[in-house]
Amino acid sequence: MTDVGRRQAGPAELAQGPPRAQIQVVPLRGLPVVAAVVVFVIASIAGNWLWALTFCHVVGGALWTAIDLFVGLIIGPILGRLPEAARAEFAARFMPKMVLLMPTLVLMTLAAGFQLALREGNLAPSSPNHAWLIVSYCVVGLMAVIALGVLEPANITVLVEMRKTAPDGAVIALLMRRFVYTSGIIGVMQVATLIIMTRVASQ
Amino acid sequence: MSAGPVAAAARPTAGRRFPPVAELAIGSLALVVVGGILMASYVPRRPPLGVPAVLTAVSAALILTSVFLLSRLRPFAWGRFFLAFRWALLAYVISAGMIGFAFVRDHTRGAPLALVAVMLVIFALDVPVIIAFTVARYSSPPHAAS
Repeated sequence: MTDVGRRQAGPAELAQGPPRAQIQVVPLRGLPVVAAVVVFVIASIAGNWLWALTFCHVVGGALWTAIDLFVGLIIGPILGRLPEAARAEFAARFMPKMVLLMPTLVLMTLAAGFQLALREGNLAPSSPNHAWLIVSYCVVGLMAVIALGVLEPANITVLVEMRKTAPDGAVIALLMRRFVYTSGIIGVMQVATLIIMTRVASQ
Repeated sequence: MSAGPVAAAARPTAGRRFPPVAELAIGSLALVVVGGILMASYVPRRPPLGVPAVLTAVSAALILTSVFLLSRLRPFAWGRFFLAFRWALLAYVISAGMIGFAFVRDHTRGAPLALVAVMLVIFALDVPVIIAFTVARYSSPPHAAS
């Protein structure tokens, strides 16, 4: 999946745009960055290092939430109204980045957040934040099932489809619709995460 | 290139019905997520294991059923399935390893750790199965022409 598919022409050609030469399902250049982030998160947890845990949780969570909201509520509806060729062209450039970015942000946020909550005593039953954190687990759990079970497979399948010499437009349209709807649902659920996390931070 | 996405849009997408491989795997994933939430909600105390164990057993049954149904598929784009599966497996083994590391780091031991490990194995299998099946189903007949 990391090898590069070559196409002589694609939807861009149909849309009178420049020809797209390559589609990478997993952008190889991003892998060292992902590895560095994973190592940093592991080191933060192993060292129980407050600043690093806070950094990973806040930065990762802010990016994750903002990207989900932006994609789900701004990009998604715009994408849904674009012609199929334009949608496919956008997907070819956008989705490979999401394949690496989102799982990395999710991993960074959740792993550091769990350790941070434990370190700060927020997981103790006596903590006023305990119930809020359980609710946040439930919200994140539901988002994880939607993202891992529906959104990510659709994302990767669109990219694989577009690497074929003759991509099936109906398959791409079907899966892009799935991507747009699930992004919207996750975007709305991120509002609940914002409420919970600001509540936890202010108690 | 003989046809682009727009030209190819007329091709049927639902000409072949597949067994509910992805649906079963998503069900399995949902159950381990619920079990994981139950276990995590007790940290740092020792969680009761009854309900998470039942959820894990049902989850395991669902993923095994899913794999069984998958193994009977003919014709199927197995090459594409395994290509997607092995890369997704690598990614989700790393994810599961990090979650497991967090539990070990937080002094989870004995039966709870064993149950978490089983849940993580199921999690690390569920997602690659869903991704690889979704990728391969659209590369199998009637889509295999492309």
